[in-house]
Amino acid sequence: MSTLLKYTLRIADNSLILGQRMAEWCSKGPTLEEDIAMSNIALDLFGQANGFLEYASKIDGQKTADDLAFKRDASNFYNFCLVEVENGHFGNTMIRSLLFDTFYLLFYKELSKSQDENLSALAFKSLKEIKYHFRHSQNWIIRLGDGTKESNKKVQESLNNLWKYTDEFFEIDNVDQIMIDQKIGVNTSLLKKEWTEIIESTINEAKLIKPSTIKMITGGRDGKHSNKLSSLLKEMQYLPRKYPNAKW
Amino acid sequence: MSEKLFQEKIDSEKKIEPKDWMPEKYRQHLIRQISQHAHSEIIGMQPEGQWINRAPSLRAKMILLAKVQDEAGHGLYLYSACETLGISRKELINQLHEERAKYSSIFNYPTLNWADMGAIGWLVDGAAIVNQVSLQRTSYGPYSRGMIKICKEESFHQRQGYEIMAEMANGTKEQKAMAQDALNRFWWPSIMMFGPHDADSPRTGNAMKWKIKRQTNDELRQSFIDKTVPQAQVIGLTIPDPDLKWNEQRGHYDFGEIDWKEFWNVVNGNGPCNKERLDHHKRAHNEGRWVREAAKVYAEKNKLN
Amino acid sequence: MTYKSDIWEVFIQSKNGLAHKHVGNVHASDKKMALDNARDLYTRRNEGSCIWVVKTSHIVSSESEDSESFFDPANDKVYRHPTFYKMPDGAKHI
Repeated sequence: MSTLLKYTLRIADNSLILGQRMAEWCSKGPTLEEDIAMSNIALDLFGQANGFLEYASKIDGQKTADDLAFKRDASNFYNFCLVEVENGHFGNTMIRSLLFDTFYLLFYKELSKSQDENLSALAFKSLKEIKYHFRHSQNWIIRLGDGTKESNKKVQESLNNLWKYTDEFFEIDNVDQIMIDQKIGVNTSLLKKEWTEIIESTINEAKLIKPSTIKMITGGRDGKHSNKLSSLLKEMQYLPRKYPNAKW
Repeated sequence: MSEKLFQEKIDSEKKIEPKDWMPEKYRQHLIRQISQHAHSEIIGMQPEGQWINRAPSLRAKMILLAKVQDEAGHGLYLYSACETLGISRKELINQLHEERAKYSSIFNYPTLNWADMGAIGWLVDGAAIVNQVSLQRTSYGPYSRGMIKICKEESFHQRQGYEIMAEMANGTKEQKAMAQDALNRFWWPSIMMFGPHDADSPRTGNAMKWKIKRQTNDELRQSFIDKTVPQAQVIGLTIPDPDLKWNEQRGHYDFGEIDWKEFWNVVNGNGPCNKERLDHHKRAHNEGRWVREAAKVYAEKNKLN
Repeated sequence: MTYKSDIWEVFIQSKNGLAHKHVGNVHASDKKMALDNARDLYTRRNEGSCIWVVKTSHIVSSESEDSESFFDPANDKVYRHPTFYKMPDGAKHI
C-alpha cells in the first residue's frame, strides 16, 4: 500500500467510524432538537469519509470508495482507537467528541495547507464543519460539567476514561514522517501544545479536572483495534458482504 | 365570537390563528390530530433508524440518515403547531407514554430487510404525502404552515424509497424477492394508514365541517392507490391484491376489502412492535433526563436563559 | 421534560438584503443552545445567512378581539395610497 493511500485512509476512517457512532444516536437523543443536531454531525462526518475515500479510491486505482468502506476487515482500518469507543451516555459521547473535535480542528487547519491539492481541498471544506462540531461539543461539556452534581460526576468519569486515547493524536510514525517531508502531511506532534491549552481552558470552564497522566492506548492507526470495531464493522458491512454481487 | 361566526369564517376559507376564538371541540380535535401526526413522525424514525448503520453504501447511508432526521424535524414542527393550542410538548409526550395518544399503526410493523427502506419511502411516505398535501389547506393556520413546510421537504422521501425498490426489483434474484416481499408486507398496512371507511369514521363529519380535513379517508385512499399501482407496474412488482383492477366507468382502481380486524388489532396495541416502539421512546426520554436537568441548572446558574 | 423547557421563536434571513422571516420555534435551555438548535433544524437546506432567536415569552402580540379597533380604522384612509391621486394626462415619472 502506498504511503499516501494509508495516510488518506487514516483520515477517512476517523470520519467514517465516528460518523457511524454518532448515527447510532438517531432517535435516542436527550431532546428532539439534540437528536437533529447529532444527525447533522453524523452527516458531516459521512460526507467527509466519502470525500477522503473517493480520493483513496483514486490513489488505489481499483477499489471504489464503497469497497473501501464495506469490504475491509478491522485490521485494515486505521482510525484512532478513540473514535471506535462505544457511545455510552450522552456526556460520554460529548467528551469523546470534544477530545476529537479539538484535535481535528487543529489538524484540518494544517492539512488545508497541504501540497496535495486533493487533501487540502477536502480539509478546507471539512474545517468549516468541524468548527461547528467543536462549538457543539464544547458547549455541551461546559453545560454538563457546570450543571448538576450528577452531570459533573458523569462527564468527569468519562473524561478520566477516555483520556488514555488522546496520545495517539500526536504520534508520528514512518507514514507521517514521509508525508511531512513531502509537505503533504501534518506534523501533529506540534499540535499537542495548542490542543492541551484548548482542552484545559474548556475543562476549567466546565469545572472539571484534568486527568492525571495514565498509560496511553494507541495502535489504531496501524490497524490494532479493540473488538468494538469488529462488532461495529460487522453491522455496517453486513449487506455488501452477504450479497457480494448485488448493487444497491 | 359565537360558533356561527366561527363557522362563517371557516366557510369563507379564512384561517384560524392561535389567538382567535375557537370552539373547544375544534381545539381538542386539532390537538388529537396534530399530536397523533407528530408522534407518528417521531415513532416513525425507529423502523428506518435501525437500518442507518446497515445501509449498504455510503450514499444510501447519508440519504437514509437525512430522511430520518427530517422526520425528527417534522415531528418538531408539528409539536410546535400543537403547542400553539395551549398544550406543552411535555404533556404531549406524557400522553404518548401513557398511551392516551396514538400514532400511525404502520410503524408497529418490523423492518426485516433493506427493501423495507424502499417500501417505507415509496408506500408509507407516499401515503403520508397524499394526506399531507391535502392538509396544506387545513383551516388552522399553524398546522397549515407546518404542512406546507413538511410537504416541501418530504418531496425527496418518496423518491428515495422508490429508487431503492426500482434498483432491487431490477437487481439479483434475491434482491427482487426481497423487494416483492417488502411490497407484500407493506401494501395493506399502507392503505390502512388512511383510516376506517368514511361510514365508520365518526369524527370525519366535524373534521370536514371545520375544514380541518379537506378530503375524506376513502377519497385519499383511492387517490393513493390510483397513483401507486402504475408505479409498481413500471418496476415489475405485483401488488398483493387479486381484486385490484382498473374500473373504466369510475376512472379509478377497484381494490379488495381491507382486513379491518387486523387494523383494529394493531391500533389497539397488539401489533408486532407496539411495545418495542414505545419502550424505545421511553428509554431514550428517561436516559436524557439528567442531561436536560443539567442544561437547565447551568442556564439558571449562569443567567443565560 | 422535567422542567418546562423554554421556547424560542426563530427568524431566518435567507440572504443578505432581505428581512428576517419567522419560521417556527425550538426548545432550548440557554441562548447558545437556542441558536444552535435553530441552525440545526431550520437551515438544513441552505435556507439561511443569519438567524435570530427570541424567547417566545418576550413577544407582545395584539389580541384578536382588538383587531377591529386596531386595523379597521386604516380602511378609509385611502389618501395614503398613490392610486388615490388624479394626475393630469401626459404627466410622467410621478
